[in-house]
Amino acid sequence: MTFEIVLQMFPIALMFAAPIILTALGGLFSERSGVVNIALEGIMMVGAFAGATVTVVLETKVPAAAWLGLLAGLLAGVIFSVLHAVASINLKADQVISGTALNILAGGVTVYLSQIIFHQQRTLAFSNGIRQISVPGLNKIPIIGRMFFDQVYPTFYIAIFLVLLTWFVVYKTPLGLRMRACGEHPQAAASMGINVVKMRYFGVLVSGAFGGLGGAVMVLTADIQYTLASIHGTGFIALASLVFGRWNPFGVLGAGFFFGFSSALSFYAKDIKFLSDLPAEFFYILPYLLTIIALLFFAGKSVGPKASGEIYDSGKR
Amino acid sequence: MVLPLISVLLGFVLGSLIVILTGRSPVSMFAAILKGFSGIDILNGQPINTRYIGEFIIQAMPIILTGLSFAFAMRTGLFSIGAEGQLMVGSIAATAVALFVQAPRFIHLPLVLLAAIAGGALWGAIPGFLKARYNVHEVVVTIMMNYIALHFNNFMILHVYGSADHIKTAPFPDTALLKSQFLESITRYSRLNWGFIPVILAAIAFAFIINKTTFGYSLRAVGYNKEAARYAGMKVSRNIILSMAIAGAFAGLAGGVITVGTFNFGRVIPSAEGYGFDGIAVALVGSNQALGIVLAGMLFGGLKAAQPLMQSQGIPREIAGIIQASIVLFVAMKYGIKMILDKFERKQAPTTEGDRV
Repeated sequence: MTFEIVLQMFPIALMFAAPIILTALGGLFSERSGVVNIALEGIMMVGAFAGATVTVVLETKVPAAAWLGLLAGLLAGVIFSVLHAVASINLKADQVISGTALNILAGGVTVYLSQIIFHQQRTLAFSNGIRQISVPGLNKIPIIGRMFFDQVYPTFYIAIFLVLLTWFVVYKTPLGLRMRACGEHPQAAASMGINVVKMRYFGVLVSGAFGGLGGAVMVLTADIQYTLASIHGTGFIALASLVFGRWNPFGVLGAGFFFGFSSALSFYAKDIKFLSDLPAEFFYILPYLLTIIALLFFAGKSVGPKASGEIYDSGKR
Repeated sequence: MVLPLISVLLGFVLGSLIVILTGRSPVSMFAAILKGFSGIDILNGQPINTRYIGEFIIQAMPIILTGLSFAFAMRTGLFSIGAEGQLMVGSIAATAVALFVQAPRFIHLPLVLLAAIAGGALWGAIPGFLKARYNVHEVVVTIMMNYIALHFNNFMILHVYGSADHIKTAPFPDTALLKSQFLESITRYSRLNWGFIPVILAAIAFAFIINKTTFGYSLRAVGYNKEAARYAGMKVSRNIILSMAIAGAFAGLAGGVITVGTFNFGRVIPSAEGYGFDGIAVALVGSNQALGIVLAGMLFGGLKAAQPLMQSQGIPREIAGIIQASIVLFVAMKYGIKMILDKFERKQAPTTEGDRV
């Protein structure tokens, strides 16, 4: 019967995992190109706001408005991340400070615009978010079918597809090789004729696209509207997933599953005998606590891009 | 000194542009800000209302402390985003002492504040320890500790301290409060209280530790160059833990000042209140110096106090956050701004050597 609960948990866990995986993949592009992106949280907020707003405004007019919402989230994330790129690449800002500023800015801008558009501090509620689907045929496979193909949000498949795409781009294309070189030793990369500034722009803007998409996915699957608390630290958990997944797309996938399940656990704890006596707050704390433990686990094994976080100075040796 | 001022100016310019672009009037925004600082209502020609001054100081107190917190860790080269959580743990500790200890005011109140300081210091020491011992990056850990503190606070209020309405605890006894009838009466019954005294003491302690003690010197040495400090025989790990603990102590005190000053009960907190991020902005604009932090704290405190006034003028209150974030962004771009300024200056005054750029 406990196994039955685990099976039931799958759709919820995958729902939470999808935005974490997407956003962490975004962080992977940014950090591999040499720019630390602590603004992922803010990028998710902007994406979530855009996604919810477009869905609310269009759902009475066009079919499948939520999918346009996802697209809007992606674009909003790209636009917002331009700020991080300009500040940290062109104007040589400290990347952590710039990211922090963007996180504060995201809270301000999204609620400000909510007030302008909806005259309240949140967006209106949408009635049709992304719907769960069952893949015909595949959902009849014993166990696996129930885990991955029954009543699953299609956004999870988008996440899986982008994991594969990221792996291919980062490890199998010249573009990926050049980008990684900029994250390891930008001066050496530049000496080989690679345009470091361009590569870093690419990394940051892709992180904006994926993070914005992640935010829109989160609000359109797990929420009914955008509020200031819609993202509640998921961007930071994505950042931790990147470390936990050792800057590797498949590692990120695994870490995303891990955090997806730890979030889902709070919903199902009351049905599991030895967990039902614990207070609800314990389960709210769990994902964050596990993040710290996960970081501790991989501490000291520095496998991240070497030049990530460094201001690019072309004169440095 | 000039760069933070330019950043502040640019922040306000950008904020005004956004207000104009969204069809609102920047004049009423600045009128609201002036009223938030001084109580002068320039649009209606009202004289000074001291109540606003009291409320503005109330807003400035906690963020000066969280600013000191961020700056203290920064001086040791640590980027701590943990002030928010340390503040909450400070207020959890303060609430316990305020509710469950009975003593005359001159013992009870200091005990409450000391508990807040200790709570914050403990919460700060944990990421410090993880950084020093296992080299876990403090940024992500402190952020996670903020969320843990938030839910821990709510757990303590709801399940340990007890709450009849599931929102707040029973009111504290008067002996635990920073309340001052005198200060209230001279500010037309604002919430102004004695909290500003520990805030000033904290700023002095910050300046003293950092600038005047060997301990402060060795903390700064670790901040400048960890390996060099280690080579010079300084205890780098110990310094990192202590620096984070002291940073936590400042933030914890902020929790105490809020809990027994602004409020007189422990509260369930639905989501982060932003004192931590405000503190980062305050510290960056204040150049991580005690005096600068006090001034920057007053600037952003006034901006916060003006928020409800802006809202009543039809300007969304979040513009304050937008202005604050853009100021931080401009401060972060200081190298870039400096480059632009230098270029500008060279164009203004061409030297005899001629500039070949």
